[in-house]
Order: sequence, then structure tokens, then C-alpha cells
Amino acid sequence: MGKRSEDESLAGAEQHFDLSRQLTERGVSRRDFMKFCSAMSAALALPATFAPKIAQALDEVKRPTLVWLEFQSCTGDTEALLRASNPTVAEIILDILSVDYAETIMTAAGHLAEENLAKVVKTEKGKYIVVVEGSIPMKDDGIYCCIGGRTAVDISREVCGGAFATIAVGTCAAYGGLPAAAPNPTGAVGVKEAVPGATVLNLPGCPLNADNLTATIVHFLLFKKLPATDSFGRPLFAYGKRIHDNCERRPHFDAGQYVEKWGDEAHRKGHCLYRMGCKGPETFHNCPTQRYNDKTSWPVASGHGCAGCSQPQFWDTMTPLYNRLPNVPGFGIESTADKIGLGLAVGTAAVFAGHGIVSGLRGEEKMEGKKREDVKHDKDRR
Amino acid sequence: MTKIVVDPITRIEGHLRIEAEISGGKIVDAWAGGTMFRGIEKILKGRDPRDAWYFTQRFCGVCTTVHSIASIRAVENALGIKVPPNADIIRNIIMGIQNVQDHVIHFYHLHALDWVDITSALKADPVKTASLASSVSAWPLNSATYFKGVQDKLKAFVAKGRLGPFANGYWGHSAMKLPAEANLMATAHYLEALEWQKDVIRIHAILGSKNPHPQTFLVGGMAIPIDLDSQNALNADKLMEITRLLKKARDFVEKVYIPDLLAVASFYKDWAAIGGGVGNYLSYGEFPDPVTGKQFFPPGIILGKNLSKVHPVDHKKIAEYVDHSWYEYAGGQGKGLHPYDGESEAKYSGPKPPYKNLDTDRKYSWVKAPRYEERPMEVGPLAKLLVAFASGHKETKDAVTLVLKHLNVGPEALFSTLGRTGARGIDCLITAQQLPIWLQQLEDNIAKGDLRIHAQEKWDPSTWPAEASGYGWHEAPRGALGHWIKIKDKKILNYQAVVPSTWNASPRDHKGQRGPYEEALIGTPIADPNRPVEILRTIHSFDPCLACAVHVLDATGNEIVSVRVK
Repeated sequence: MGKRSEDESLAGAEQHFDLSRQLTERGVSRRDFMKFCSAMSAALALPATFAPKIAQALDEVKRPTLVWLEFQSCTGDTEALLRASNPTVAEIILDILSVDYAETIMTAAGHLAEENLAKVVKTEKGKYIVVVEGSIPMKDDGIYCCIGGRTAVDISREVCGGAFATIAVGTCAAYGGLPAAAPNPTGAVGVKEAVPGATVLNLPGCPLNADNLTATIVHFLLFKKLPATDSFGRPLFAYGKRIHDNCERRPHFDAGQYVEKWGDEAHRKGHCLYRMGCKGPETFHNCPTQRYNDKTSWPVASGHGCAGCSQPQFWDTMTPLYNRLPNVPGFGIESTADKIGLGLAVGTAAVFAGHGIVSGLRGEEKMEGKKREDVKHDKDRR
Repeated sequence: MTKIVVDPITRIEGHLRIEAEISGGKIVDAWAGGTMFRGIEKILKGRDPRDAWYFTQRFCGVCTTVHSIASIRAVENALGIKVPPNADIIRNIIMGIQNVQDHVIHFYHLHALDWVDITSALKADPVKTASLASSVSAWPLNSATYFKGVQDKLKAFVAKGRLGPFANGYWGHSAMKLPAEANLMATAHYLEALEWQKDVIRIHAILGSKNPHPQTFLVGGMAIPIDLDSQNALNADKLMEITRLLKKARDFVEKVYIPDLLAVASFYKDWAAIGGGVGNYLSYGEFPDPVTGKQFFPPGIILGKNLSKVHPVDHKKIAEYVDHSWYEYAGGQGKGLHPYDGESEAKYSGPKPPYKNLDTDRKYSWVKAPRYEERPMEVGPLAKLLVAFASGHKETKDAVTLVLKHLNVGPEALFSTLGRTGARGIDCLITAQQLPIWLQQLEDNIAKGDLRIHAQEKWDPSTWPAEASGYGWHEAPRGALGHWIKIKDKKILNYQAVVPSTWNASPRDHKGQRGPYEEALIGTPIADPNRPVEILRTIHSFDPCLACAVHVLDATGNEIVSVRVK
């Protein structure tokens, strides 16, 4: 197939289509599709009766284009997508979305790849969806991430600026993530900060849970709008509750049954990991219910504490990983805190102070304001 | 003389740029540039060494286990920790299935479309495709009905007029040589492998909560408890599921991946004489025996393609140069620094973006240039197999001999683009066949009543010496990976990783010697400079992983770090 004929057929692509028919053509039965819709309504915390409505909505939707940009990323979020829990249909949904640009999977390279992106930006202004993976470096005019000779900030402002909406996947794209951890050598920020005018929905996590991405897209198709979010731009359906409050090991916390050593009897019997540094009490994410890899497991279920990866700046505020969180309600911090707990409390305060200094050095006071909000937010939630 | 640029190189991890000069239809010079920098090692300074694995794991989400393994090994080496046998075996299983899954994804989803023309698959005869497939493998899905189903799906997709990620591909390119039936077979398995990979990697979720980025590694052991009488631990139920998934992994590799690889390779034998590269190979060896510590794949070095001699590895002979990389050394250029003593400061000196060309006479990459005794070294499955082959490793000798015989080529064919791609398949096969043996080891050890997963003694930092240093090696899917750590007062003083893609993607060094990607591109034919798919063939044969490759240690700005941790 020559390039020209493909362009011509692209120009004539129909905008409306019948999803059921498409799925059948792709070898997906109506039954499989309804199963997918049920799973999605569960992910979205909707009653099961919504499943037929999702199917109906998907049948009626126009066919949106999706472009997937990678900046300062590790490609973990792309990989997460490849492991999505409803893969057959999710693949098709993404296929149906017409993924016109995604560096990790696309065939074309170099200028041939960039032509695909330019075409979307030019011909579908205001209609396409962008997924961004990885943070965007702002320091030194953004030279720490260049693609095709252009900086990430330049590309993101053009592509996200012209999109219907941007979905920031993973904590790096949402809030700067690991590259933004102190001392933030490259001045890394999330999409919302790099492209202030863009409509951005944040799906943090390290990596994100791909089911939450699929659910977000379905939400958009079903309700014709993006889902409601918290003050960090995260959809409430996935980040509305604390891990601690949905944790399968919560009864052990309440009963005072804690793992004290890796591999001890309490560890083997599935007791609470709070004393091993679990950050579940401070983290908002649907891991305990949604789980990963076809709902196989999630960190606490496999014996390791939560790292708090869906929280902004968790790399600084939730580390050291194995130190206990101070001030966990119900635990009685004053009477029981040991040296480590106190150390962390002091350390966390120092992190915010340290960020203030870092931000000040970079002349980005706004960053500090964000972190203060972070603390306040969590206190409010408790 | 034409200079062409391919940026971005897609179907890799990270951001890579290739500039190449073409004369007489062939590449006469080439430059590889990494165009993204994060500075994670700088971020690590001052933090708890027990957290390092969680940070370094994020070097890469594709080879998502490798930097955790290298990191915990480095800290364990520094502190003198010996982990219990169960932890060693669980690590071997996690690393092994990572290796198997990663190689299959590479072949089908990152590399295949350099060789396979999807649009040609539309013209294939499903009956002939079934007979081709049956002639190379006993895979149950080799029927005409199956291939017709796949072809119908493809036709429906193409009829929609939007090729999505396949748009603007190298369809109909004169370098594409497969018959329509082979294209259909490979395309069907491209889709099949997408399903397979997400299923078999559930082993990581069972043993380590999730993939990518399993959350189970610990300095001193692993976090998955073992207890046959608990539903919250590794028990017979979960071991049985792992057994099933390992069988599924092995079946696919034996009956789909290897037959496809051999079938595709048989049409591209000219690529056994293209893409040779620097001819020096480094492997750290892998899969330690939990009792003796002896590695299943032996470590070693091959110099100048000479398979009659395997040299021992001495990490003291490794040094990194920055003469063509965007860093500065305090002592000036022209000198290499060992990872323990490394120092560098990011200092961009390239053109102001947007740019058309980099200044390839000077500095042009965020990747440093590691050298072994001042030699550029290729790492990866080919290096691993050459070292094992030359060391007389039985499993490797048998598999390599079988493949060479099948393709009717000699061992010299290994030193090429095709050799690199073939070696990855052989590595995958051997590992897939070993995995059930390692699982059996774990079960035997549990049967003896050993439930230990973690060495407790040195978990508490108060037990550590005031200063310690160590290194951890891992033979990752992309090759020799090393982490070096210095610990002082229970904090990370210095951290450095020399990763596979740093070796392979390195720019020129102080002597002007090209890195392995650059050298391998020399002589590559380019039929159409506007659609240089041949560059992708050789570059993809290394399986680049650029986020891993770029890093920095030390730096000014220590004051800021010290404010954070105190």
C-alpha cells in the first residue's frame, strides 16, 4: 500500500460507525462485549445495570483519534496498557479509537512518524484525545527531552493545546513524578503545569492501572464529559477513597495485628503492613478493589506495603519506603510512636522545607503552594 | 553524500536519534544520540539505600525488573548480605520470565514490522499459510480457518481507511522479502503474542503484586511470604498457577516464536552479513544457583570476534567517557572514570531546539561512552550466547548448533543483525526451558520446610558500618547491567548504573571510536533514504532501551540534597 492511497482513504474515513458490527467483524462476540461493559461499569463504580447503557453509548459514539506522547518516561504506562485486564476488547477499543501516534508501538519512525502526528493536530483540532506519559522538563529551555529536534514542552503545548482533552497517565505526567523528585535536576513538571490552558485529567500511579484509563475513556464516551475529579485532577471513581479504607488487611490493623519482620508468622498470615512502612493510610487509589494484571494482585496482597505512588510528590513525601507513617488515625501516634516514626515526621516536614528551597532556587513558588495544598488535602480527607 | 536523520526511532523504549551519512546506497558513517535525560542517580543521593531499588526500577518500565535486581544486589554486596535460597530462586523465576516475555514482545511488537509487511498478508492464501505454518510447527492454531479469520479481521481494519499505529509504515518497501503467506503467519502471531504476553507475565503479579514495576524486592530477600497453610502467602494454589503459566510460556516460545524466527530468517539470510558491529562482547552471566552461587549462563568477554578465548570480567577495567556526551568532568575531557569514582555534571552544548541536525563532530548525546580497557563492547543476548557458546555451556551449544544447522550457516553468521535477532530467540528458548526446573527447586526447598524469604540481620540500618561500597550485576534481557553504590552514614553517598543500552548506544569516545550501534550501521544498504527501514532493522536488533541508558551521578547541588534529608 502506497502512502498516497492511504492518505486518500484516510480523508474519506467515515465518522460514524456501528460498534457492534465492527466488533463482530473483529471476531468479538456480543457476549464478550457485554462482559467488557460490565467490567467497565464495575471499574467506574456504577451499578451493574449500567452495562447495557455503556454498550449502547459505545455503539453510538463517533470515532475519536488518540495520540500517545512519551516524554521523560520509563514506558511503564505504555506497558501497563499492554497488560489491560480486558485486553481483547480493550485492544479493540483502542484500535477503534484510532491510535495515530504512539512511539512505542507505531511502525513508522523519524519524519514518517512525525507526519502522522502533524496530520492529527492539523486536521482534527479540538477533537482528538491526547495521552501523555512522562514528565516535561522545563529547566534550560527544556533541552532535557527532545523528539525530532523539538522540546517536550514545545510539542506538548502544540499537541495538548489543540486537543479535546489530555489524559496524563502515571505520576510523572500528572505531577512530575520521579524526575521531579528532589533536587529535580531537569525542572520536571506534569502536563497541567507545562500546558496551563489545557484540559487535563490526571491518572497517577506508578504505573497507572490501565483499567482506570479504559474506564475513563468509556466514561467520556458514555456521559460525553470527563469524570468528576478531586483537587489533584484525579477522577473520583478511581481515587476517591483511601487504600487503607478499602484494604483487605484493615481488620488486622484495627485488631492491632502487625507484621514486624519480613517472613514472620504475621507476614505469612496476611496481617497489616503498617509497621513495615505501608503508605496505604495516606494514599487515594482503587488498588485494593481494581488490582492489577487481570485482577491478580496488588502490592499489599503480595506482602509489600503500599508506596503511595498515586500521591503528588510521593517520591519525597512518602519515602523512606520502610519508615512508618506518623499520625495515622486510630493508631494513637502520641503514645506509640517510636524513634523511627518521629524521625519520619520530622523528615517529612524537612522535605516540604527542602522543596521550598528547591522551588525558590528555580523561581517556582507555585510548586511549593501545590505541596502545601497536598498536605492540607490529605488532612481534610482524614 | 546524503545525511539523513531518523528521530524518533520508534518501537524502542525511550528517545533515540540516528544520523547517518549515505554514499553509494550504503551507510558510511553514523551517530547515535540519546535525547532525554532525567538524572535519577542524582535524585538518589542522600536517600535510604533500601529504597534505591524502587527508584532505579523506574529507569525502565519495559525491562521492569532489572534495575531492582541490580540495585538490591549492589546494596547486599556492600553490606555483605547473603539472601536465603528461596529468595534467590524467586528472583531467578522473576528474572527468567521477564527475559522470556521481553524477548517475545521485542520480536513481534518492536522488531517484526521491519521484516514483515502487514499489507501483503491481505493477499495471502489462508490454506497455503496453514500448510506453511504446519510445516514449521505443531502449534494447535495452524488451521486455514484460523488464518482466514485473522485475515478477515485485517481486511476489515484496513477497509476502515485508518491504519492507526500502522500508518505510514514500510509497506511495499523493496527491502521486504517475505511471501504473503509468511507475512500473514507473522501478523497473526503478532496479535497472538499480545494476548500471550499479558497472561504469562501474571507470574510477576503472583510473586510480586503487579507488572510493570513489581513491588516485592527487598534488600536481603523478597517480600512474598511462603506458607502452604495460608491464603496470604505463596502456597500450592499459586505455585500451580505459576506452573501453568510457565508451560504456556514455553509452549509459545517453542511452537510459535522460534519457528517464526527461523522462517523469517530464512528469507533474510543476506542480513547475516550486515550489521556486525564492534566485535567485542561482554556478559556478566546470570541465574545463580541458590546454594553454590554458580551462574547458569557463565560470565565473560569475547574480543575481536575470537571465539577460541573467553576472558574473565574485571569491573575495575570499566570506565566511562564523556568526550561526545553532554556532561563535564572536573578533570577535563579525554579521561575515563570508573563508576565508583564517577563524576559528571549535565551540560548541554547542542543546538537550540528546534534543530535539524546535531553537531556530531562534538557532543551529541545524553548517553555516556562506557569502555572496557578502552574498547567499545557490545552487550545483549548475542554477547551472552557467544560467551556461553565459547565457554562450552551445553544448553547454549546445543541450541546454537541447531539453529545454525537449520539455516545452513556457520558461526560467523552470528556476528550480524540477523545473528543478534536470532541470539535473542535462542536465549529466550533456553530460559523458557530452564524456568520449570527453577520452580521445581523452589518447591523442593519449601518441601524441606524452609520458608525463609528474607535475611533479617542487616535490615536495620543501625547494624550497618559507617561506610560501605558494593556493586550488583545482572545479565538483563538487553545485556550486561551493573549498579555501583557507596553508602555513608546509612545514606546513599553515590550511585552509578552502567546499563546495557549505555554500552550499545554509546556515542564516540575519547579516541573517536564509534559505539556499537554506530559501528553496526556502517555498510548497511539503504534502498530509499526517505524510508530507511534498514536502519531500524539493525538498531532494533539491539533492542534499545534509552531511558535506562541515560543517567548521571554526582553533581553540584549537593547542598540542596542535604537540606532534604536532614
